[in-house]
Amino acid sequence: MSTNIDKLHDDHHHTPSGIMRWITTTNHKDIGTLYLWFSLLMFFIGGFMALVIRAELFQPGLQLVIPGFFNQMTTMHALIMIFGAVMPAFVGLANWQIPLMIGAPDMALPRLNNWSFWILPFAFTMMISTLFFESGGPAAGWTLYPPLSLQGGDSMPFVILSIHMLGLSSILGAINVIATILNMRAPGMTLMKMPIFVWTWLITAFLLIAAMPVLAGAITMLLTDRFFGTTFFTASGGGDPVMFQHIFWFFGHPEVYILILPAFGIISTIIPAFSRKKLFGYDSMVYATASIALLSFVVWAHHMFTVGMPLAGEIFFMLTTMLIAVPTGVKVFNWVATMWRGSMTFETPMLFAIAFIVLFTIGGFSGLMLAMVPADFQYHDTYFVVAHFHYVLVPGAVFAIIAAVYYWLPKWTGKMYDESLGKIHFWLTTIFVNLTFFPMHFVGLAGMPRRIPDYAVQFADFNAIASVGAFGFGLSQLMFVYILYKTLKKDVTAEDKVWDGAEGLEWTLSSPPPYHSFNVAPKID
Amino acid sequence: MRILTTLLIASFPGSIFADWETNMPRGVTPTSEIAYDIHMLIFYITVVIGILVFGAMLYSIIYHRKSVGHKPASFHESTKVEIIWTVIPFIILVGMAIPATKALILMEDTRDSEITLKVTGYQWMWQYEYLEDDVSFFSKIDTASNTARRLNSGLDVFEVDDYLRNVDNVVVLPTDTKIRILLTASDVIHAWWVPELGGKKDAIPGYINEMWIDISKPGIYRGQCAELCGKDHGFMPIVVKAVPKDEYIKWVSIQKDEKIAKNR
Repeated sequence: MSTNIDKLHDDHHHTPSGIMRWITTTNHKDIGTLYLWFSLLMFFIGGFMALVIRAELFQPGLQLVIPGFFNQMTTMHALIMIFGAVMPAFVGLANWQIPLMIGAPDMALPRLNNWSFWILPFAFTMMISTLFFESGGPAAGWTLYPPLSLQGGDSMPFVILSIHMLGLSSILGAINVIATILNMRAPGMTLMKMPIFVWTWLITAFLLIAAMPVLAGAITMLLTDRFFGTTFFTASGGGDPVMFQHIFWFFGHPEVYILILPAFGIISTIIPAFSRKKLFGYDSMVYATASIALLSFVVWAHHMFTVGMPLAGEIFFMLTTMLIAVPTGVKVFNWVATMWRGSMTFETPMLFAIAFIVLFTIGGFSGLMLAMVPADFQYHDTYFVVAHFHYVLVPGAVFAIIAAVYYWLPKWTGKMYDESLGKIHFWLTTIFVNLTFFPMHFVGLAGMPRRIPDYAVQFADFNAIASVGAFGFGLSQLMFVYILYKTLKKDVTAEDKVWDGAEGLEWTLSSPPPYHSFNVAPKID
Repeated sequence: MRILTTLLIASFPGSIFADWETNMPRGVTPTSEIAYDIHMLIFYITVVIGILVFGAMLYSIIYHRKSVGHKPASFHESTKVEIIWTVIPFIILVGMAIPATKALILMEDTRDSEITLKVTGYQWMWQYEYLEDDVSFFSKIDTASNTARRLNSGLDVFEVDDYLRNVDNVVVLPTDTKIRILLTASDVIHAWWVPELGGKKDAIPGYINEMWIDISKPGIYRGQCAELCGKDHGFMPIVVKAVPKDEYIKWVSIQKDEKIAKNR
């Protein structure tokens, strides 16, 4: 019976070939692939901008760029890495993995899926094109604080429209994820039996739907302030520049967790697989993720402790922020408990996952330090903050994404990557990421503010080290591209169950999996 | 090998000048000392937690690996353990929150100040007004730094005294005096920050923020704008010269005389 259905289905199946296949595709694997390649491209564009920044900061004095262009680089680097590299990579992983993991044939809303991807290239083309305007690209920082952002040149409306498009894309993607997870799980897969990656994405999708419209509101008000004479954020017209910061960070803090919760899901999948032991405390992992998500809506003002809030406000946001350390700590403890008395092997995905736990925890420690308002008055807007958020985003989010690619690549393509090259890639990446970002703690504490193109000479040595590290990190990623290229050129030889300790429905399918993942829903006991 | 060493040294041009400072300065005001103490307290707590967590992980990585023949255990949940590692961190956090909250209350208490200094941020300079004495002036980056910092200026910034950390007009303040600082801005948001005098506060158009300092040691203290304020954000230094009270009173009277002379 089932073979008949398969045949019937394949008869209906006319995929256009060439470029039209990718433009018109509604298949979750094709769209997932598009998202992942797009994200890799953006990672390199944003990374190139980071290298411009680090090249200028290699020595004190201005050698390469003027300060105005330097500010455009910091602004665009952040926008591209957040909205172009990390978020699309997670959506790509969701597209590939969620249907495979819950036993569904595809995403619930395939055409919407196509649209939410194809918005991205247009949005980023528009955003990046502003760099070639006569007045240059946006230069007020990715946080777009008014009144500074209102001084910007012609780029402003273009950047705002592109952020609106990115928001639309994210919301559509989130709706699709929720619809898929809630409606298309295999019979018997109750919510509390879902793979943990699916859980973290479900929660992330709700965060996206709640947070992105807030950002849309904030930037629309900026737009009307600039072009239609409103004064939402202009003090001279009765407006309030600080209100923008409150609205922005009400989006911005949940956004931080949008960038890390799916990474938690990935790590919670990989650590058990290579420890050959079930994830410790599945239930508490789910509850911890949900608590982090809920708490993320009541901590936003810790990004702005120096704006002069009332004392009660400062105390409130300090305490709620410290509280987030509890569920985050639970996650780290559970990962260590999963490894404890396991039977570990250290393939590339596991190496990246272990480095994630260590380095993300260091980022968590500096986050806890930043939560302490009396000390934050010193840390705020220094390189200490830059070190903190790069520790949670690069060896955090980015390492998790790389780990996920190594882990599932053999499943997606049916081709095994070169393990020794993968390990070299891991070691180079890990050494250079620390060389880049660890010295930033020191210069920040010693008094170097962020977002400056030039600095006093006592910060010279650590900045030189960070720049060397950044170039090393950037070049090491070319190796990642080579590994991908080498893998894709191979013949299909990978087993269906690539990793002997891996669990989940995706490993019951062939490698690569069939075009429509599950035509007959598997039964879960 | 020698070539390598030479290259390495050559690639770090600041070696002779830099002091490899890795920590927050303890500073010379009650608020900077509080910030430092809280910073060190939480730093040591995170170090202890880090040693425990990473130690357990490292032990596991060494002994619980397949290559040494370790067989996986089958445990995967324990409500008791989950409760323990929820409650213990919570207690540690409460332990940290109490001193932090106390410190914060003290830092925000600007009552009983003797002098008020109003600071206004401009793109890209500072204006200082001594409200009680009717003295005011602008302060911006000094000419030597400002020339050397131009793109391809051809000047060696290591030769410039206090590169990017010097101004034309220094803020003079008395020691052992509680000074209230009012902050605002005329164009975009700036932030006034001298690390050794304590934390920073934003100077926001339409707002007047306040903070206080009480300098215990005479000396020169340097800082700069800490909130992105446009293209020359990196070139807005602050220099505070702290002097004993009697010297400060003399300085103020000189400023007043100069002002009268100018107006004449």
